[in-house]
Amino acid sequence: MSLTTDVSRAKSRPGSERTRGGEAGQDPQATPTRGRRNRKTRERVFQWLFLVPAVIYMALFFGYPVVKNVVMSFQDYTTATFFTGEAPWVGLANYAKVLSSSLFSTSLLNTALFTIGSIAGQFVIGLALAVFFRRRFPLNGILRSLLLLPWLLPLIVSSAVWRWILDKDSGALNRFLGQLHIVDTGIPWLTSTSLALIAVVGVNIWIGIPFNLTILYGGLQEIPDELYEAGSLDGATGWKSFRHITWPMLRPVVNVVLVLGVVYTLKVLDIILGLTNGGPANSTQTIATQSYRLSFQEFKFGEGAALGDVLVIISLVFAVLYLRASRRSIDE
Amino acid sequence: MKSAIRTRRPLALAVAALLGLPLAVSGCGTTASASSTEAVKEISVMDYYNNEPDKSFIGDALTSCGTKAGVTIKRETVPGKSLISKVLQQSSSKTLPDVLMLDNPDLQQIAATGALAPLSDFNVSTTDFASGVLSAGTYKDKVYGLAPTVNTIALFYNKDILDKAGVTPPTTWDELKAAATKLTSGEQYGLAFNANPTYEGTWQFLPVMWSNGGDEKNIDTPQTAQALQLWTDLVKDGSVSSSALNWTQADVKDQFMAGKAAMMVNGPWQIPALDKNTALHYGVVKIPVRDSSQTAVAPLGGEVWTVPQTGNKARQAKAAEVVACMNSDENQLAMAKSRNTIPSKTSLAAKFASENPKLATFTDLIKTARARTGELGEGWPAQATKIYTAIQTALTGKASPADALKQAQGQ
Repeated sequence: MSLTTDVSRAKSRPGSERTRGGEAGQDPQATPTRGRRNRKTRERVFQWLFLVPAVIYMALFFGYPVVKNVVMSFQDYTTATFFTGEAPWVGLANYAKVLSSSLFSTSLLNTALFTIGSIAGQFVIGLALAVFFRRRFPLNGILRSLLLLPWLLPLIVSSAVWRWILDKDSGALNRFLGQLHIVDTGIPWLTSTSLALIAVVGVNIWIGIPFNLTILYGGLQEIPDELYEAGSLDGATGWKSFRHITWPMLRPVVNVVLVLGVVYTLKVLDIILGLTNGGPANSTQTIATQSYRLSFQEFKFGEGAALGDVLVIISLVFAVLYLRASRRSIDE
Repeated sequence: MKSAIRTRRPLALAVAALLGLPLAVSGCGTTASASSTEAVKEISVMDYYNNEPDKSFIGDALTSCGTKAGVTIKRETVPGKSLISKVLQQSSSKTLPDVLMLDNPDLQQIAATGALAPLSDFNVSTTDFASGVLSAGTYKDKVYGLAPTVNTIALFYNKDILDKAGVTPPTTWDELKAAATKLTSGEQYGLAFNANPTYEGTWQFLPVMWSNGGDEKNIDTPQTAQALQLWTDLVKDGSVSSSALNWTQADVKDQFMAGKAAMMVNGPWQIPALDKNTALHYGVVKIPVRDSSQTAVAPLGGEVWTVPQTGNKARQAKAAEVVACMNSDENQLAMAKSRNTIPSKTSLAAKFASENPKLATFTDLIKTARARTGELGEGWPAQATKIYTAIQTALTGKASPADALKQAQGQ
């Protein structure tokens, strides 16, 4: 983002300089042409010097890994490659293999369900909390900062704790439900093929609420109070004021939160690995976990990279949507 | 527009130069460490014993072996999970240590890359080692790694609970099922094992699969289906918690220690933890076989020591001396005793078992233990994935054991 704006600015500046230089040329006491050119070159060098750090950073830390990953996905890249440096070119074989695998449709579906479920939960709860915290009441600030807690915990810790809470026999959740006499026998949250994905989505919602809450709360603060005052004079209170004032005013922020949320959720790996490792019977296997498994457990780096690229392409679609959404919000 | 293109070219050159810089620097690094005529004073070692007390036991043995060989040891311990990625990273930057420890199922994978030197190059003796230990250390008929001590898994049982219920430790599958059912009541399960979707789940299933004549080359066989049927029956009738689908071996031990499981499948490395609870009385027997005429075949666990191809013959020779020393009779016995593992030389077994009765069952099992990579070598990880996938499919009831194995094998 910042790179494109920098480049456009760098391009437009020399142009304006030239027009001014042209005017100066008509002046009999103008500086000699050589001096002018020197100054112009020096300025351009400085412009590029400001750009270079950003360009190098992008190339090293974004460009190189992406290009390397794409190249790797067309190679038979194995453990031996690391020692010998030899990785035979195999064309689309890696893609053919991972896309035709029976696991691909399972993990694609799981990825979709996981993403949609997580985003819907995080967003609805995050928005409800943001609207709630907009009111002034005692302890508002403390409660709001406590809600950030899931965000601050390392994901490994969160998933280990949740794994314990959700255990079938001695987990805290089943104990709690049992004491309330809601259930008689332990619910196999993480070991039933029909419940595991729901449980994992639940944990991910818990982790994602702080992000949604924070951004949406920030968006709400931007809405001027006068609008609500004026609205209330016209009879827009409660639900009506949310529907006709809050929601339309918040739309640009909502777009950004949703699209960023999708990109973040698509790549979730540690939570699933920590909770279920993709099990039971692949019922929580997503494209991200499958790609990890291929690369780092079966050492099929080429196939893992191919699947990783599929994920990159899906994310890219949403990244483009994000750029468009954020540009629209700037325009507005 | 034209000017923009013109100015972009030097920039592209600058970027290319900067990108090339680290490559050039690393290129210089490799040539610096060559000269092999110098006397070797220090060798580097990498292993994954990063927790006490193992860290010190191994460290002490390495130090004394280094002294014998006339070198000091520069040791690095890394967490088990990151060892392989570290080895791969070092093999591409040509900075492998002089002595490298590997988990035995990874040895063939790494040997196949060409990063390891055959131990025969340095005349390291490989006689007297148990056949399973040698097959784990062998790639294409050459021995690349030796394990001073090894381990396997067996059936632990809680003596008090079994006595109370009047149950004797089971030796056959039928006895195991009957005992497990009888020992299940309230919050206590008869048996605990681990069937999670990782190589650990596969590892715990191998004893029943192999003892019944199953083979990893093709898992779509009646013998393997029978073994998986046993695992499925135990979970289905409730004598094993379905949480086994998500447990690790450490979780299994916790269940056993908390009295929530009367028996468990686990290894000797849990003994220190079990012994901490003096109120817990336990015994160890072989994992039951289907028919009493069958021999129990257990999977071989443990770490092998290797000499990577660092390109410096003098250092490699010293490294080989250290590897040989780590595998000496004396060191095998000392490490086995302190680390609750089994010496890998068959001639030491009888003496060791009589001196360490707690490890007698494991010592007996090592004689016939099989290496996971013995048949498939580099192909093992892919097949191990199929095995745990089939276990999970059958245990969750998504398919019958036979169908689950057929599906997984066909994948």
